[in-house]
Amino acid sequence: MTKLLQWLFGVSLVGLVWAVVTFDLLELSLPRPYREVAWPMPLYLLVSFGCYSLATVGYRVATFNDCEEAAKELQEQIKEAKEDLRRKGLKM
Amino acid sequence: MLSPLVSNTRKTSTPGRDNGDKYSVLLPTYNERENLPLIVWLLVKYFGESGYKYEIIVIDDGSPDGTLEIAQQLQGIYGEDKILLRPRAKKLGLGTAYIHGMKHATGNFIIIMDADLSHHPKFIPEFIEKQREGDYDLVSGTRYRGNGGVYGWDLRRKLISRGANFLTQVLLRPGASDLTGSFRLYKKEVLESLVERCVSKGYVFQMEMIVRARQLNYTVGEVPISFVDRVYGESKLGGNEIVSFAKGLLTLFATT
Repeated sequence: MTKLLQWLFGVSLVGLVWAVVTFDLLELSLPRPYREVAWPMPLYLLVSFGCYSLATVGYRVATFNDCEEAAKELQEQIKEAKEDLRRKGLKM
Repeated sequence: MLSPLVSNTRKTSTPGRDNGDKYSVLLPTYNERENLPLIVWLLVKYFGESGYKYEIIVIDDGSPDGTLEIAQQLQGIYGEDKILLRPRAKKLGLGTAYIHGMKHATGNFIIIMDADLSHHPKFIPEFIEKQREGDYDLVSGTRYRGNGGVYGWDLRRKLISRGANFLTQVLLRPGASDLTGSFRLYKKEVLESLVERCVSKGYVFQMEMIVRARQLNYTVGEVPISFVDRVYGESKLGGNEIVSFAKGLLTLFATT
């Protein structure tokens, strides 16, 4: 199953449960509060996921390591390499 | 000279160092005249220190700047058993470069990396240890985990990178944290079977490789790496790259 199908499957499953509860399709005669909570649930989920995404990406951007040390080490090694290669007879 | 004690501890800490494993480093180059000698020097240094068997395969795509001539000089310095030249007449895709390079590779493991010094050979011994630790089919360097990171990226580039990575993680759940990185170690037969299946270009190629690896139930290990971007000023991530990345992501989403 492709990822696209997995997503369609997941979304339709959630949608189905939501419709059953909200519109009482199976005539389960669920108490009113259930239906009132279920009705705006898709929007809540979407907004929460959006917030989660923004927070996660924001946190990861803020904590993205700047490898100053690695850059410095590389510069030094480049110098060392150039000298050594010249000694070994490399003509740049 | 190592004392016997030191050499013993070395052997126990890295069992099977001399078990016949050989690592072929594939270096596709295009106009890397400046960088090629440096990356080769670093590779020789770190392979020499760690004692693994290796060879470096330079696949130059007809660089007009004379990269091949420099590579020939390096071959003279380090020997034809260490530096192999597999030039091609003109610039062709990355996938075919790997196939072309692998044809003559004598190692049972293949390491792919960029020749522009953004990938540092000091991580290769860590890749190898990681691979042996779990007998992984492939080990991928990651900028997004542990001590991994980048140098020379501005906020915009970091944001795009993290955002694209998050979106990809959500949509594809690939089981690896760095999908577009191209610093990886593969078992030779694994790389062969993956390259055959992958059709994408550019950034998406690396992503497709790891997504397909997951699909084929190959195991993936990860090693944090620092990515040092030495090309200042110009951002490599332009509008075109973003569009082609999005297309590639959606294609993989619908087909894997």
